[in-house]
Amino acid sequence: MKIHKYDTVIVGAGGAGMRAAIEATKRSRTAVLTKLYPTRSHTGAAQGGMAAALANVEEDNWEWHTFDTVKGGDYLVDQDAAEILAKEAIDSVLDLEKMGLPFNRTPDGLIDQRRFGGHSRNHGEAPVRRSCYAADRTGHMILQTLYQNCVKQGVEFFNEFYVLDQIITEVDGVKKSAGVVAYELATGEIHIFRAKSVIYASGGCGKFFKVTSNAHTLTGDGQAAVFRRGIPLEDMEFFQFHPTGIWRMGILLTEGARGEGGILRNKDGERFMEKYAPVMKDLASRDVVSRSIYTEIREGRGCGPEGDHVYLDLTHLPPEQLDAKLPDITEFARTYLGIEPYTDPIPIQPTAHYAMGGIPTNVMGEVLADNTTVVPGLYAAGEVACVSVHGANRLGTNSLLDINVFGKRAGIAAAEYASQADFVELPGDPEAFVVEQIERLRSSTGTERVATIRRELQETMDANVMVFRTEQTIKTAVEKIAELKQRYKNVAIQDKGKRFNTDLLEAIELGNLLDLAEVMAVSALARKESRGGHYREDYPNRDDVNFMRHTMAYREVGADGTESIRLDYKPVVQTRYQPMERKY
Amino acid sequence: MATPVLEKTEPAGSASAASPYITVTFRIRRFNPEVSAEATWQDFQIEIDPKERVLDGLHKIKWDLDGSLTFRRSCAHGICGSDAMRINGKNRLACKTLIKDINPEKPITIEPIKGLTVLKDLVVDMEPFFQAYRDVMPFLITKDTNEPTRERLQSPEDRERFDDTTKCILCAACTTSCPVFWNDGQYFGPAAIVNAHRFIFDSRDDAAEQRLEILNDKDGVWRCRTTFNCTDACPRGIEVTKAIAEVKRALITRRL
Ligand SMILES: Cc1cc2nc3c(=O)[nH]c(=O)nc-3n(C[C@H](O)[C@H](O)[C@H](O)COP(=O)(O)OP(=O)(O)OC[C@H]3O[C@@H](n4cnc5c(N)ncnc54)[C@H](O)[C@@H]3O)c2cc1C
Ligand code: SF4
Ligand code: FES
Repeated sequence: MKIHKYDTVIVGAGGAGMRAAIEATKRSRTAVLTKLYPTRSHTGAAQGGMAAALANVEEDNWEWHTFDTVKGGDYLVDQDAAEILAKEAIDSVLDLEKMGLPFNRTPDGLIDQRRFGGHSRNHGEAPVRRSCYAADRTGHMILQTLYQNCVKQGVEFFNEFYVLDQIITEVDGVKKSAGVVAYELATGEIHIFRAKSVIYASGGCGKFFKVTSNAHTLTGDGQAAVFRRGIPLEDMEFFQFHPTGIWRMGILLTEGARGEGGILRNKDGERFMEKYAPVMKDLASRDVVSRSIYTEIREGRGCGPEGDHVYLDLTHLPPEQLDAKLPDITEFARTYLGIEPYTDPIPIQPTAHYAMGGIPTNVMGEVLADNTTVVPGLYAAGEVACVSVHGANRLGTNSLLDINVFGKRAGIAAAEYASQADFVELPGDPEAFVVEQIERLRSSTGTERVATIRRELQETMDANVMVFRTEQTIKTAVEKIAELKQRYKNVAIQDKGKRFNTDLLEAIELGNLLDLAEVMAVSALARKESRGGHYREDYPNRDDVNFMRHTMAYREVGADGTESIRLDYKPVVQTRYQPMERKY
Repeated sequence: MATPVLEKTEPAGSASAASPYITVTFRIRRFNPEVSAEATWQDFQIEIDPKERVLDGLHKIKWDLDGSLTFRRSCAHGICGSDAMRINGKNRLACKTLIKDINPEKPITIEPIKGLTVLKDLVVDMEPFFQAYRDVMPFLITKDTNEPTRERLQSPEDRERFDDTTKCILCAACTTSCPVFWNDGQYFGPAAIVNAHRFIFDSRDDAAEQRLEILNDKDGVWRCRTTFNCTDACPRGIEVTKAIAEVKRALITRRL
């Protein structure tokens, strides 16, 4: 075992982690721990763009952007945070440009902007061009540019280091962060990183669904690590299902495809979105379109022999337009479906895409131990966190923005805290939990397979807590997850070695997914209303009287060692916008 | 070297007439110094839909047959650059190669990419590759002493000039398909040159001279013998050889 000491430790090297690292490295001795090589992070998969009211191509301002974010989130957004997001958007895009990001340009040489779902001028009057982009690979460019600037600044990375535990020490009755425990993939060695500040930027947890746009590695390790140490998770029932994933594979086809004029059609060739959203049609908000697709499928108008998908039709668009604006996604259709989008419609279905919930933080990125108490030295930013700027439903292009705005804020706040704080004492055996977990898996003679349990988890999540939920389906999922957690105790791996043991890590990742799936299902069961991404067929309306509040889920361990989840609630911060009905 | 062939464990019913599944042999180069100092070939037979990816096949083996099979992967759709490997003798991304496109009648051979030290099975030491990347100063360098308050201006034409080389995902398929790199690991390799090109031809950058000087080195662009392996290998469709030629030309015209 090795012990390291840094002022600031950042967990994750996606957009949020590297944006934080650029700030933290200037101000404190910083290490970035990442299970993937930085440029492999899933920020690189983002296609559409990053929102900012630059007003480069038409009138726009941050107040309109704030309103759209609040409305898009079905009023569960904390409005003070949304205002910061929209205001600081402008500088965060300009920061990236100065770092070298090759944005598409207007004829005048300014950063070009395009339309995206939910972004409007003057509080919903008409769509506005707010999304700054680089073809359909904006996330790739953000990830590359941030990595390039980390290289420039000499940021210290520990690549292929998996953070498996958060160390918390109580000092005078106050829980403080003392560091993290990490596992080095290449050698199997365990490392303790003592740090005055720790920032979690470890991304989402979409892999508990089967059909998802998320990478295999998005297993919610950060959320699970802090949750196990008594930190609550906020609004985990809110997950975004993006309407257009490639059928069965879940690979994302950006909303930009419909922005360019793409149309959704059922098996009769009907443009069915006209029935569900007469004004915005195919560009209605993501939750609305996903539900409409499934309604078509359930009512027997799905396509294919099993009637389990619909079509995204781009065939009426000129090939030049597809080549210029959507090169990557048209190539996905050719590569993975053998379909030529010039002439044939693309089979699609909704795909699990984005976790609105996560580790609760305030607007400085400080993690909360309850509704108000900050955990000194602990920070989170990006998809792992819940500020909450996305509320019940995130607007497209607001996440690339979130990782930049709150990544930067967390990086500055963490480094400044580290410059005046002391190291917190380590508990007796800081590595005990991880050592025990690894040894149990390595020496297990159990009969359960990781892949089998994961498959069953993904199947129950897709069937029961996806686009449509009811008390009945959620309960089915809760029971199934409990069974799988029990069986997980009997899981065995085949690779008993130390070197690059990805068999072992997949088992650990599965444990994290099980914990988070349970939090999601339990939180969803208690929310007896429909709002944004959370749709209850048995409670189809939004209920502002009882549920205009954030869910806070806590892990409780009874005296006899039994674990359970306790739910509490946190008020939503409302400043200038009163809840209204959300119509598109 | 013969190793036992593992029996398939596919779901029952997969052999029915309507089933899209076919039986495919994956012949994989295995190496684990914890077990043996020598690398061996191992055959696995799997049932797979030919429309699935080679990566799906590797997952079937890892998840259902042999958990110790080791490879890197993340996004599974060709954007993260984790899973470049040699498939039937050519460098490709396992997640971007469909079974049906590589003649599944015969065993599919899968080896680690060449020219980098193999650490375990299909996992190689990428550090020399990334070091070459870092050595070309892959970041924007500008001379302006006070930062502009708004964005720097760039015309769409100037932006287009280096568009192709911005697509690179650092997968190393190009560099590890290059015979010059195989013979001499000191050569910067195509990927580093692609990333230098991305800045040399960016109208906002002021350090082209420095980068060209680095690539003028004995291990720089002049080692390229224009075999086009890199261009063929690039999963992002980047015209790698063309980018290298443009850097060479810039060096010549600069000297004139
Ligand atoms: C296909 C797709 C398209 C998208 N398009 C858009 C878009 O157009 N606009 C938009 O605004 N948003 C978009 N999003 C959402 C957005 O891209 C993501 O929410 C955002 O990039 C997340 O960034 P992040 O830095 O939080 O996490 P990630 O980029 O996922 O990075 C997570 C990091 O954490 C590390 N990590 C994870 N676990 C551990 C561990 N245990 N130990 C150490 N390190 C760990 C990983 O190595 C990685 O470096 C899209 C998402 C997807 C999937
Ligand atoms: S140029 Fe192409 S092959 Fe080479 S590293 Fe970049 S993406 Fe991979
Ligand atoms: S897994 Fe990401 S490129 Fe293949």
